[in-house]
Amino acid sequence: MKLIPLVLANLRRHRLRTLLTTLGVSLAMFLFASLRSVVTTLNAGTEIASASRMVVQNANAIVFTLPMSYRARLAAVPGVTEVSWANWFGGQYGDGRVFFGQFAVDPESYFTMYPEIQVPPDQLDAFKHERTAAIVGKGLMDLFGWHVGQNVTLRGTIFPGDWVFTIRGVYTPSNKALDDRSFLFQYAYLDERTEHRIEPGWYTLKLSDPALAPQVAHTVDDMFRNSSAATKTGTEKAFNQSFVTMWGNVQFLMNSIGMAVVFAILMVTGNAMMMTARERTGEVAVLKTIGFTDRTLFVLVMMEAGLVTFTGAFIGLMGAKALYSSSGFNGFGFLPGFDVTTATLAIGFGITLVLALASGLVPALRAYRLPIVQALRHVE
Amino acid sequence: MSLVQVRDVHKNFQRDSQQVSVFEGLTLDFEERSFTALMGPSGSGKSTLLNLLAGLDRPSSGTVTVAGSEVSSMSPGKLAAWRARHIGFVFQSYNLLPVLTAFQNVELPLLLAPLSKKDRAERVKIALGVVGLEDRMDHYPRQLSGGQEQRTAIARAIVSDPTLILLDEPTGQLDKKSAQEVLGLLQRLNAEFKKTIVMVTHDAHAAERALQVLHLDKGELTA
Repeated sequence: MKLIPLVLANLRRHRLRTLLTTLGVSLAMFLFASLRSVVTTLNAGTEIASASRMVVQNANAIVFTLPMSYRARLAAVPGVTEVSWANWFGGQYGDGRVFFGQFAVDPESYFTMYPEIQVPPDQLDAFKHERTAAIVGKGLMDLFGWHVGQNVTLRGTIFPGDWVFTIRGVYTPSNKALDDRSFLFQYAYLDERTEHRIEPGWYTLKLSDPALAPQVAHTVDDMFRNSSAATKTGTEKAFNQSFVTMWGNVQFLMNSIGMAVVFAILMVTGNAMMMTARERTGEVAVLKTIGFTDRTLFVLVMMEAGLVTFTGAFIGLMGAKALYSSSGFNGFGFLPGFDVTTATLAIGFGITLVLALASGLVPALRAYRLPIVQALRHVE
Repeated sequence: MSLVQVRDVHKNFQRDSQQVSVFEGLTLDFEERSFTALMGPSGSGKSTLLNLLAGLDRPSSGTVTVAGSEVSSMSPGKLAAWRARHIGFVFQSYNLLPVLTAFQNVELPLLLAPLSKKDRAERVKIALGVVGLEDRMDHYPRQLSGGQEQRTAIARAIVSDPTLILLDEPTGQLDKKSAQEVLGLLQRLNAEFKKTIVMVTHDAHAAERALQVLHLDKGELTA
């Protein structure tokens, strides 16, 4: 503790260098926290998937639909207790700059299938009884300043034309990792307004027992194997993950960039510490002459490296946590529940420890090994 | 018995491929409460002897004993602790840490001792009082004159009440007036505070202030 004022005084020696090094570490750790949080948020989106739900999609690709006739056959599969279906709408609101998901859903089955999408009973009832009604996530309502009863026009891209909806309800997800910026409307409205018959983009099945999932998948896919629209059935988690992998190997990419940033800042910090150590060769010799041991000087240099890196890391990591928490950032709707997790903070501080050791070790060893007499010749 | 005993000391240096011998069997004593000036031409071994007395360097053979402790055989860790307790060292170019105030510079040796902050502060104030710089304790080295810097360095050397004060050309960078002040201070430390002092100097006038003058030439005592 007695040495801390000496450490602080040394860091004040080149205030600008210390400030820039600290800010460099801050920025690196901020980026690390941000990039890793993209990965953890995407993974959280798959983790919230229910084990008792399965998704049936076209075996060729999600963009191809499945016949409505499958509904009854899916419901008859042993182990399946409920069937729901939905379709991607892909419309634009206003100038189209803000992206949000719009889904045509079956009003009777969808909300029992997804109890985590919570809607007040009276609003859900109103939704079910009005063909052009919509239920909108609270995040989207807040974003656009919409209110219940308001008419909203979406411009269709897959289904051309202007589509007017009346907001009849607002849903709030029970889990913050669930998107609260979706726009849900009646499947029947989509079906009615288009010239040809619309078919579901995918089906969702509820199972009586999650353990039946492999068996149900096998049964369903076998059932439609030789039909015009073969199916690919998987757990909801696998379905969600397939969207994540559509972005490419996000995890690898984010981690690679994060590590590259950390490595770059290691070089910068290490260089700054080396410069500092070289400049103070004479002073280290003087301190040794006074009676400071090699070990004490080693600790002094390591404390300096630690103080710079941990201060920088604290600013960067906690700054990221505070910024994202307070701003409600959600990656323009792609990353609902975006958050810097405790695990990310812990890993960040772990990396900081390695950074402090790596950047401080060489100059600390240099101070430790410095022969006094030779070093004094530099200053005398 | 003498406070400092140098016995049959040999000291060799390797310079490139050449072996350079500084001392070949040097033997001398420094009595307690003595004030010795070491003089001699460059390369005569004055600073090397000072380094050996301070335990900053080791003899190639022979022994250096200070206050009953054989310095030449101590481990580096023990030697550092011993130095902190027994040696006060003053350099020609002061070597104060520029980022610390005069108070903090003088306090440095005390950081190694088991003293409370209050005790350290008291001792630092006394040391700065002895050298006449009580009113400069919050000044940084850049805010002090050369003479004041050297007096601060002397305060740093005496603050832990060392057994032996070693000075390497303490007036080498000072003007005449400041040099006289520093030399007067050293005389006072010797006479009033009974400190044993060994001072390396090129300046005959400075050497006159010591109680005895030793001349070294090519590693040997000549007078």
